[in-house]
Amino acid sequence: MRHETPRLILLLLPAGIFFTAFFLLPLSRLFAIGGSGADGFAAYAAIVTDRNYFASLLSTLALAAATTAATLVISGISGVFLQRSRFPGNAILVAMLTFPLAFPGVVIGFMVIMLAGRQGLIGEIALRLTGEKIVFAYSMAGLFMGYVYFSVPRTILTVMAAAEKLDPKLEEAARSLGASTWQVVRDVIIPGLKPAFISAGAICFATAVGAFGTAFTLATRINVLPMVIYTEFTLQANIATAAALSFVLGAVTWVVLAAARTAAGSSVAAAG
Amino acid sequence: MKRRGALFWLQLGFTLFVCAFLIVPVFLSMMAGLTVNYLTGIESGLTLRWVGEVWSGYRDTIFLSMGIALACLAGTLVLGIPAAYALAKRPTAMTRAIEELLVMPVAVPGLATALALIVTYGAAGGFRTSWTFILTGHILFTLPFMVRSVLAVLNAIDLNTLEEGAASLGAGFTQRFFHVVLPNCRTGILAGSLMVVTLSMGEFNMTWLLHTPLTKTLPVGLADAYASLRLEVGSAYTLIFFLMIMPLLLALQAMTRHVR
Repeated sequence: MRHETPRLILLLLPAGIFFTAFFLLPLSRLFAIGGSGADGFAAYAAIVTDRNYFASLLSTLALAAATTAATLVISGISGVFLQRSRFPGNAILVAMLTFPLAFPGVVIGFMVIMLAGRQGLIGEIALRLTGEKIVFAYSMAGLFMGYVYFSVPRTILTVMAAAEKLDPKLEEAARSLGASTWQVVRDVIIPGLKPAFISAGAICFATAVGAFGTAFTLATRINVLPMVIYTEFTLQANIATAAALSFVLGAVTWVVLAAARTAAGSSVAAAG
Repeated sequence: MKRRGALFWLQLGFTLFVCAFLIVPVFLSMMAGLTVNYLTGIESGLTLRWVGEVWSGYRDTIFLSMGIALACLAGTLVLGIPAAYALAKRPTAMTRAIEELLVMPVAVPGLATALALIVTYGAAGGFRTSWTFILTGHILFTLPFMVRSVLAVLNAIDLNTLEEGAASLGAGFTQRFFHVVLPNCRTGILAGSLMVVTLSMGEFNMTWLLHTPLTKTLPVGLADAYASLRLEVGSAYTLIFFLMIMPLLLALQAMTRHVR
């Protein structure tokens, strides 16, 4: 039906106009402004040449990598377990594990404060046990905890969906050939779940690199890139640097997600 | 029933621990919002005083967030469904590239998108200070979820056969669109709508930069309260937020179970 092409274009047009006016145009403007500061487009290199920015880039990437690793291990163990073992209460556990799915970053920051803040549960328990209060919410450790909290629910869902499609016969075959439990996990389950791990891991990574709400709730002094951008923009009014840094930040997360999508061959998108 | 090995109990213990990690702080904060003095504990008594304080001080943020979420839903429905239909009808390299582009606002951090909007439209006074500025950001961020969700359903059904059937009976495009296409993708529209409303209600990364003192949304108010008010008030505010998104979350959970 060739004649319907104009109609399809017409249907696509509203979204297209909106998207061009409020995303493509602003982003190109952001790119131009990033190069309009005193240093011109060299501002884009500042993220590696400036020692402070480079340090925050490294700590951001390290935090994101640690978050991704921890989330995949936790969700891998619990996700496969919940998918494979049927026991009373299974559905309740799944519901509880996925309940925080849509909590925004600010609320997750507050959850970390409830656990590890000045009046937090962990501090209270430690005080009773050892006589010393442990408070780590307002630091990189707290941020790490928050990002794991954010990422576990969605990653567990992905792992469970992938584990469901995994053929149990493969594991039985491996076992009947004398493979130990660890060998089955290493040679059958982990390779089978690899696409899910890649796509879920990329989302964890991108979220931890670009998210802002949790860090904002915990402390403005945590040295991660989104906080640096925010400080440059609001406190220093250094719009060109903020623009350049956020453009680089956007490019990093987009590349990570695009690479993961190519590797895993499925839809990957960050959230929150 | 077969006997469970040590491995089973180990995994169960681990999973219960993860559950506690996720759920305990939720309960703690709900409790804190209703306790007279959190430091003393529940013995200090229960009160609705903090909820009342939040209601009198931050009521506007709740209504604004609801309004923006509904407007955002309307916007994504109007922009997203026709776009998803067009993308589903012509699965070419071109439309895939368009789909890829449309998803970008989700991949790019909200902070960058918000800065881009501010440097481009920040000088447009009336727009910058109105709630529609926040709405614009929210639509950008949530539109991909609506398009993806509807597109998934449209790709799963035999759209062309359905439409040809209707066309052969004399239905024009408008009739086909409203009486054949839309009813067939209602599960996708519903799932997308729930996602859009939930995300819009909780959006903070962009909103924090886009808001003005007169256009504070619920998460912006939350950040305010966490930073400057006592723990009990922050908790009471969080409690209100939980009560608002709980029905949405439960509906979303039910839908994912249904789809799986």
